[in-house]
Amino acid sequence: MLLIRCPYCEQDLPELEFAYAGEAHIARPQDPSSVSDEEWRDFLFIRSNPRGVHVERWRHVNGCARFFNAARETVSDRFLATYKAGEPRPDIASLSGEAR
Amino acid sequence: MSLTTAPAVITEPASTTRISLRIIDPAAVGAGLGLAFPTKIGARTVAGARSVLCLGPDEWLVQAPEREGEAMTEALAAIGTTLPLSAVDISDREITLALSGPAVLDLLAIGCPRDLAQLPVGSGCRTLFDTVQVVLTREAPDRFHLTVWRSFAPHLQALLDIALRELATGL
Repeated sequence: MLLIRCPYCEQDLPELEFAYAGEAHIARPQDPSSVSDEEWRDFLFIRSNPRGVHVERWRHVNGCARFFNAARETVSDRFLATYKAGEPRPDIASLSGEAR
Repeated sequence: MSLTTAPAVITEPASTTRISLRIIDPAAVGAGLGLAFPTKIGARTVAGARSVLCLGPDEWLVQAPEREGEAMTEALAAIGTTLPLSAVDISDREITLALSGPAVLDLLAIGCPRDLAQLPVGSGCRTLFDTVQVVLTREAPDRFHLTVWRSFAPHLQALLDIALRELATGL
């Protein structure tokens, strides 16, 4: 089982307490009716799906119930960093250096 | 093999008032209730028969004897006139089981993924027990209180009974 660090609880806790919630840092268009169909499709469905570091949202649903963001290496399934929602994305280059 | 020394015992403590509080100013609400609200998640303070456990950045679980429920509700209503707060009486939604005995950590390990040996005495956490969300508090090194939604309690109790029998036979 993976241990995930909750940035609110500040503890490494079992994966079972958490729920995955999709890719992070996807902003909903401020005025949806003004965007084109292609832009709206991209917002709704098009995700990066990288081989490497993926920035994603998680929720500590059976714990403090907070959403937070995590950078995870999709090949090794290692969590490189977790940080509170609203904080800027960490420097991916330095994190992927750590992963190797 | 003698079964006179049970590995763990499950009892049901007297029913309590439980209030789920979502607030932004724990210090002010704590002053109104005569309780020091902890701000670290998992920390718990006990004042007399009342206790408060911090479950999330803005969420607390207040417990008090059943007879103090009305006074508690009135105090919170008074605080609510000046401060934004959400207080939900969940006394009947949940029941608490007291688990104690030398094998209590083994008993909880059948369903709880957390390393409960690391949970400091006097603190608590919200976690899972066999897919059911529970709130655990550690009252003593070998005594835990497990609070669970009432409708899940028969399932949990059945699981715990099986585990107790396994522990008693040394499995």
